[in-house]
Amino acid sequence: MSKPSLYFSNSQVTAVRLIWMTVAAILALMTVFPLLWMVSIAFKGAQESFSPALLPSAPTWSNFVYVLTEVPFIRYMLNSLFVSVTVTVVALFFHSMAGYALARLRFPGRELIFLAIFSTLLVSLPVVIVPLFIIVRAMGMLNTYGGIIIPSIFNAFGIFLLRQYYLSLPREIEEAAVMDGAGYWRIYWSVILPLSKPILSALAILFFLANWNAFLWPLTVASDQKFWVVQVGIANFKSEYSAAWNYMLAASTIVAIPTLVLFLVFQRQIMDSIKTSGLK
Amino acid sequence: MARVEIENITKRYGHLEVVHGVSACIEDGEFVILVGPSGCGKSTLLRMIAGLEHISDGTISIDGEVVNDVAPKDRNIAMVFQNYALYPHMTVAQNMAFSLKLSGLGKDETRDKVGNAARILGLEKLLDRYPGQLSGGQRQRVAMGRAIVRDPEVFLFDEPLSNLDAKLRVQMRAEIKSLHQRLKTTTIYVTHDQVEAMTMADRIVVMRDGLIEQVGSPLDLYDEPANLFVAGFIGSPTMNFIEGAMEADIFRGTGGIECHSNLPAAFHGALVAGIRPDKIKLGKSGGPFEVLVVEPTGAETQVVVQSGDLQLVALVQGRVTYRPGESVGVTLDETAVHFFDARTEQRIEHLDRNLGSVSRQ
Repeated sequence: MSKPSLYFSNSQVTAVRLIWMTVAAILALMTVFPLLWMVSIAFKGAQESFSPALLPSAPTWSNFVYVLTEVPFIRYMLNSLFVSVTVTVVALFFHSMAGYALARLRFPGRELIFLAIFSTLLVSLPVVIVPLFIIVRAMGMLNTYGGIIIPSIFNAFGIFLLRQYYLSLPREIEEAAVMDGAGYWRIYWSVILPLSKPILSALAILFFLANWNAFLWPLTVASDQKFWVVQVGIANFKSEYSAAWNYMLAASTIVAIPTLVLFLVFQRQIMDSIKTSGLK
Repeated sequence: MARVEIENITKRYGHLEVVHGVSACIEDGEFVILVGPSGCGKSTLLRMIAGLEHISDGTISIDGEVVNDVAPKDRNIAMVFQNYALYPHMTVAQNMAFSLKLSGLGKDETRDKVGNAARILGLEKLLDRYPGQLSGGQRQRVAMGRAIVRDPEVFLFDEPLSNLDAKLRVQMRAEIKSLHQRLKTTTIYVTHDQVEAMTMADRIVVMRDGLIEQVGSPLDLYDEPANLFVAGFIGSPTMNFIEGAMEADIFRGTGGIECHSNLPAAFHGALVAGIRPDKIKLGKSGGPFEVLVVEPTGAETQVVVQSGDLQLVALVQGRVTYRPGESVGVTLDETAVHFFDARTEQRIEHLDRNLGSVSRQ
């Protein structure tokens, strides 16, 4: 940074840098402010929750205590954790196999299958939620973990990304494994899977966050409170006639903590994953 | 060790035929190099021997057994790839041990074999490193180690040196050759670099457009190229070609080149004369040729001269005082001139032996 620019004068560089920083600061504020507001309300009493002051006049932990004791919120969190981890692990395993097959194996209809998978990227969940619900109900999986987890496992994005990644791997490595006497499964397990670590960890983070934050499908498929995930639990603080905003935002704050920790720990991988996927 | 027989091998991709019925035989313990310009089918042929490409037609047998439908791992061969193809997530030792592990060899035996191969290749200190921590030459050696541990009957090399820098390439060339002399394993080696072919091979197979142009020892190919292609491909700097025709017993070529020869009248059609750069003598100044470029390399000097459309490269021992733009005379060593039929591009071969003045021998 301290190196003088080769192509532009110093004053130009300073001016441009100032503009960029101002724009970045405004954008950052716009993103962070609602979160600060959330934390602020989480510490306010019920009466104060609509006051415009950012700092609560009488900060209180009572909202958190209420959320964690009066509602089975710990249970919701465990449900969320179980669902997110299971979906992530199973999805990555199947996606990498599907991606590898679509990238390397030759079988009739391969391109057609890939196109079919890819085209589902164009359809969002709300569009298919009714037929999906009917299918899951017909399979008797309403109000089960299976009902929440299994439909979330299929994800064209992961398969697509892994396929592209496998296409970019040098074929010679697989041929060397063939010469060494490895079959398809062995190549996949001992060579391809270890080589996909970077992209798998990127996808794992994306999948975990997506499922941790999932709301619509878990709400649809599990009406039994035993199977509620955190996002459904939070939404439940809002009843038909009133909304307990202070509880809701205290719960949201709790739910945000694991993702925050995840972000701090895996900061670099998350940045990489967003870079490689070009999404979010 | 084993003999490899290639009989009438054809390779088609859909309707596109890239190897057209090629036959060759690699003797037990021989070091054979397949050489040719890119796209000539040499790598495809090697990959068919390896079992990485399906054979469209013909048979390949190793040690007397037809292997067309035998899986690569059961052909008792090992291959070294152009980009080394090491497993990046395994250490050097694991890379070399992978095939042994798959074949179900015991731990102690595996360690012995890997240790042995590492000793042969000087890799003992690198066994715990990952490929990413190695230099190009070391990676190449690991790739060779991975082939050696399997103790195969045939080694296949697919342009193994093309990613190395010039100096390392010369060094690895010597290493591969001495490795072959020590292990005496039948070796088939693909390269587009004729210098590699000349320096390493027992026999060279020159390929072009999916066909074999000539098979022979390096010096046979150099001294008696079968046609214009081989003559131009083998040898560096390349052979000079002069178009022309016989008039009585004098060959008159472009650029005012003349050369005595007693080719019989039957061959007096359009001809191409070929002469190696070191068989051209540059005369004193004042000839019909103009010096274009002088390239000294120390021990010898390459001089490019031109007259009309004809450009010749002369290789002169020692140093020269020619300057670009200077005019010089050119004389050919008449005993070293090859004649090729301009239409068929084949060398007019049998004549060499009958006619003393044209013959090189």
